[in-house]
Amino acid sequence: MIAMFRSNAALETPAPAAGAQAAPAVDVHDVTVAYHRKPVLWDVDVALPRGRLIAIVGPNGAGKSTLLKAILGLVPLASGRVEILGRPLSQARSMIGYVPQRETVDWDFPVSALDVVLMGRYGRLSWCRRPRRADREAARGCLAQVGMGDFAGRQINQLSGGQQQRVFLARALAQDAAIYFMDEPLAGVDAATERAIIDILRSLRSAGRTVVAVHHDLQTVSEYFDHLVLLNMRVVAAGPIGSVYTTENLQQTYGGRLTILDEAAEALRRAGR
Amino acid sequence: MNNWSIGPIDAWIIATAICCNVACGLLGCFLVLRRMSLLGDAVSHAILPGLVIAFMLSNSRAMGPMLIGAMLVGLFTAFMIEALQRWGKVPEDASMGVVFTSLFALGVVLITRYAANVDLDPGCVLYGLIEFVPLDRISLLGHEIPRATVTLGFVLVVVVFLIAAFYKELTIVSFDPYLATTMGINAALVHYALMAAVAAATVAAFEAVGSILVVAMLIAPGATAHLLTDRLSRMLWIAAGVAVVSAVVGYMLAAHPRLNTSVAGMMSVVAGAQFALAVFFAPRHGYVSKLLHQVALSLRIAAEDILGMLYRWEEARRDAPLTRDQIVAAMAGGLTPRLALLRLLRGGHIESAVGAAVRLTESGRARAGSLVRTHRLWESYLAQHLGLPLDHVHEPAQRMEHFVTPRITEQLDAQLGAAQDPHGKEIPPAP
Amino acid sequence: MDTFLRLILLQDANTRVVLLGAALLGMTSGVIGSFAVLRRRALLGDALAHAALPGICTAYFVVGDKSFTAFLIGALIFGTLGVLCVSFVRTHTRIKEDAAIGIVLSSFFGLGIVLSRIIQNQPAGNRAGLDTYIYGKAALMVNQDVALIALVAGVILIVVALLFKEFSLLCFDRDFAAAQGWPAMWLDILLMALLCVCTVIGLPAVGVVLMAALLIIPAAAARFWTERLSLMVALAGLIGLLSGLIGTAASAMAAHFAAGPPVVLAAAGFFMFSMLFAPRRGALADWWRRRKLRQRIAMQNVLRALYEIGEAAGAFERPASFDQILSSRAWTAPALTECLERAVRAGLIRGRDDRYVLTDAGRREAMRVVRAHRLWEIFLVEQAAIAPDHVDRDADQIEHVLPPELLARLEERLRQEGRLPAPVPQSPHPVGEVAP
Repeated sequence: MIAMFRSNAALETPAPAAGAQAAPAVDVHDVTVAYHRKPVLWDVDVALPRGRLIAIVGPNGAGKSTLLKAILGLVPLASGRVEILGRPLSQARSMIGYVPQRETVDWDFPVSALDVVLMGRYGRLSWCRRPRRADREAARGCLAQVGMGDFAGRQINQLSGGQQQRVFLARALAQDAAIYFMDEPLAGVDAATERAIIDILRSLRSAGRTVVAVHHDLQTVSEYFDHLVLLNMRVVAAGPIGSVYTTENLQQTYGGRLTILDEAAEALRRAGR
Repeated sequence: MNNWSIGPIDAWIIATAICCNVACGLLGCFLVLRRMSLLGDAVSHAILPGLVIAFMLSNSRAMGPMLIGAMLVGLFTAFMIEALQRWGKVPEDASMGVVFTSLFALGVVLITRYAANVDLDPGCVLYGLIEFVPLDRISLLGHEIPRATVTLGFVLVVVVFLIAAFYKELTIVSFDPYLATTMGINAALVHYALMAAVAAATVAAFEAVGSILVVAMLIAPGATAHLLTDRLSRMLWIAAGVAVVSAVVGYMLAAHPRLNTSVAGMMSVVAGAQFALAVFFAPRHGYVSKLLHQVALSLRIAAEDILGMLYRWEEARRDAPLTRDQIVAAMAGGLTPRLALLRLLRGGHIESAVGAAVRLTESGRARAGSLVRTHRLWESYLAQHLGLPLDHVHEPAQRMEHFVTPRITEQLDAQLGAAQDPHGKEIPPAP
Repeated sequence: MDTFLRLILLQDANTRVVLLGAALLGMTSGVIGSFAVLRRRALLGDALAHAALPGICTAYFVVGDKSFTAFLIGALIFGTLGVLCVSFVRTHTRIKEDAAIGIVLSSFFGLGIVLSRIIQNQPAGNRAGLDTYIYGKAALMVNQDVALIALVAGVILIVVALLFKEFSLLCFDRDFAAAQGWPAMWLDILLMALLCVCTVIGLPAVGVVLMAALLIIPAAAARFWTERLSLMVALAGLIGLLSGLIGTAASAMAAHFAAGPPVVLAAAGFFMFSMLFAPRRGALADWWRRRKLRQRIAMQNVLRALYEIGEAAGAFERPASFDQILSSRAWTAPALTECLERAVRAGLIRGRDDRYVLTDAGRREAMRVVRAHRLWEIFLVEQAAIAPDHVDRDADQIEHVLPPELLARLEERLRQEGRLPAPVPQSPHPVGEVAP
């Protein structure tokens, strides 16, 4: 009873629990992430529906990639929790596909395009088990699906940027996941690759899969995606593209009134030094 | 302890070591700042074959040829490391590893092969012969001075002069090579000049102290100073200080009759120990200070939370006052709330009547009021401008209220112009 | 000569054992070093090896004897401690990893020197064989030592073989591995532990100063020969094995030679050879490819110049003078002469008295080149919105490497728009001026 007085919010009645309908694809509860005590995400609370193409949009440094990494458990959460298809992350690994940013790996690594795609199958292989012929066939199929069938034996640094991105996409396809997380899949690719990737995303959607992608291009977001999360350290707005993609929301995401928030973040950073 | 005292011989050794350490330590500051510490390591190992070849060609241990040989090989090392990266696509760290180990191995083989002619053994290359420095003297201005002291003293003077003369260029290049290039400073030239200076200091120091102390002195003083200050000029002074301490303390320890051990080795250990001390106890960047800062922060937050709790309790006009135990329990127990309570009591913000009931004092109420004001303003801001649902605004506000500066609070007030927070509570007036 | 023969014929039982030990060591460090290099941990091995020296000395203080096993355990403890120090400094302070490595390396090694000198000063010290750990002395290894090395090397190789898939994924893309649910942190720690163990067993043979080389150089050399990870690891193992054999043999022949430097020099020899002569990534192959490309570009430019001169004159049969060709582009007279000679030899042009004309084959080739050039120019003007006077130079650089399928696509587009003039499209800018 006294504990209540730490918090005058607790005087309000708590929101009713979610109904019995199917759990959302991704449910992010009050997630806060800090790098070196500098907050990157604050109390992000958002539920992403199943079977949609979902874009996470926001200015540079808004924590878009961090949100993906937080969902995937790649960065420690300062607070909050994440559920995927209603389960904790550890039980949902096999349902997740991931496309990291292209710059995060060493493209001079001694592997061929096929080897990279094959890595997507590693998740279903147990410890010490080598990939088999069936895995190779599946990987080849995924490469063909992204239009890279002829490049299977090519060393990865001999591929163009767009081709490298397609190889990453093929690797995610090889994971055969229910939800795909993609970090800037369309950054720095040529127009043909962009179209090919979008086609694949749409076919994933029609197969009932969910795609969560960090996207940087406001021009194309409403054309390519059907659900939007506007992020600037916290969720500014989230929902179907028509209702969220408004000037006011974009202004809030990309500056204007949020200067105070920035200043506050700076104060927090200084204090946490 | 009987004969542990400083005689003229010890003084010469210490003076030599100081010259060597300070010269390396000053150069090392720039290496550390430019993240090229290991290039210093690499160059100081790799010059060995240059020394040996120069010695075999000139057939003397004169400083000139050895210096030239070592500088050429030093520059060659820096160049090869870049060449392997660019043309061989070898990653930076691996290319460094390939180049300096190969050259060092070559040097050791040359020394071993021509051991009869070269007055060096592979062990000395590593840990030097500083103990014997005073034996080899030359006459200078009528004084008998050890040769190594003269050379190293000269090197120190040159290094200090170079840093003083090119301070501006070195600073800009260390900070931002691209900016330097746009300002018309040849960053590559400065880079290779620095490498040449490192090679020269290394070769001068080599014979006396060995490569391992050179590596220690190129990196440890600079890194220690980097932990202790944020200013380049101060960093140079501190690095010099660390280098001097390493020389003096290292020699005293090594010469202690109970130990009687390698001087160069002990100086490296002392340098490493000073770095370790800085890692833990540096005032701002040290580990302990960061831990203490965190503890102080959580105490402050706990204290402010208690003030806020008491304010809200008064506001709700509860009759029974809160007891200490209740407060501690409300804050999930533990040491932090108890300490925070003590601190508030001592600061006169609260008074604890009989039966351990706790009330706000006048000053405490004022401070609590301003805290609650910030909290509610912040909540209003979050609710209005970020469209957060009401049940989501309290937690973030709770976290932010401890950090928001008065300026931000007034800005919030001006922007909102609200008298009530989103939950319908009154926002206390500005104090 | 006698020693050499005995060595080659492996007549000495002890030599056989020592060589076996060195070979196993080289192979293991090549294999584990490959992963260390690819994971960008190459120089951590250096810190680790140097940091092991005080461990060896401490083991002597504790056990008081030249016990090989005790030395290795001491080395392992201090080596691991050194690595932990580096990672503590890296994660908890503003000091970068390279400086941390340098400090740990030098101060631990300094401590090792201090301790070993104290041991030497002891009445019973008799150097205790500690010096051999600085530069290595494989020849002093005895059967039991080699048996231990063989055991450890075997364990490391088996673990790497079993976890090859996991380690390669970790080194290529740690985040992806973690997202897939592999315990990336534990795999990283396991890899470091294997690196530690391998470094430590290498110390008696190669020494603390140069052990890092045996981890790095074979891996870096192997990388030149192949684009496949499995092959690279195997090749690094082989290069390490051979370096170990050659270096140890060299050191065994001369009694006062330490083993470390010759082993490292042998490895460095393999590296130099690989860097120069590897077929695809090697420096010579690279130089040859660049030269070929330069020649092809020059040749195509000559053909195009002749074609455009003929086009402007309205007659391809009329020869063009050397000066005319020279002035059509910014190239030097010697380069042009050399290129013209090559074109004559290839039967693409005929030349007499400094006057040159395209042969039939040359005209066909020139037509193809000019066509590619102009199609690309049109594409640049229309699609990339580049001003016409800037087009020529851009087109110059790319047209020589344009893939045929792209040209076909360009052509198809122009044809659909009904503006593909056969067989060579019009240039979008006036022809005949000197290119800027």
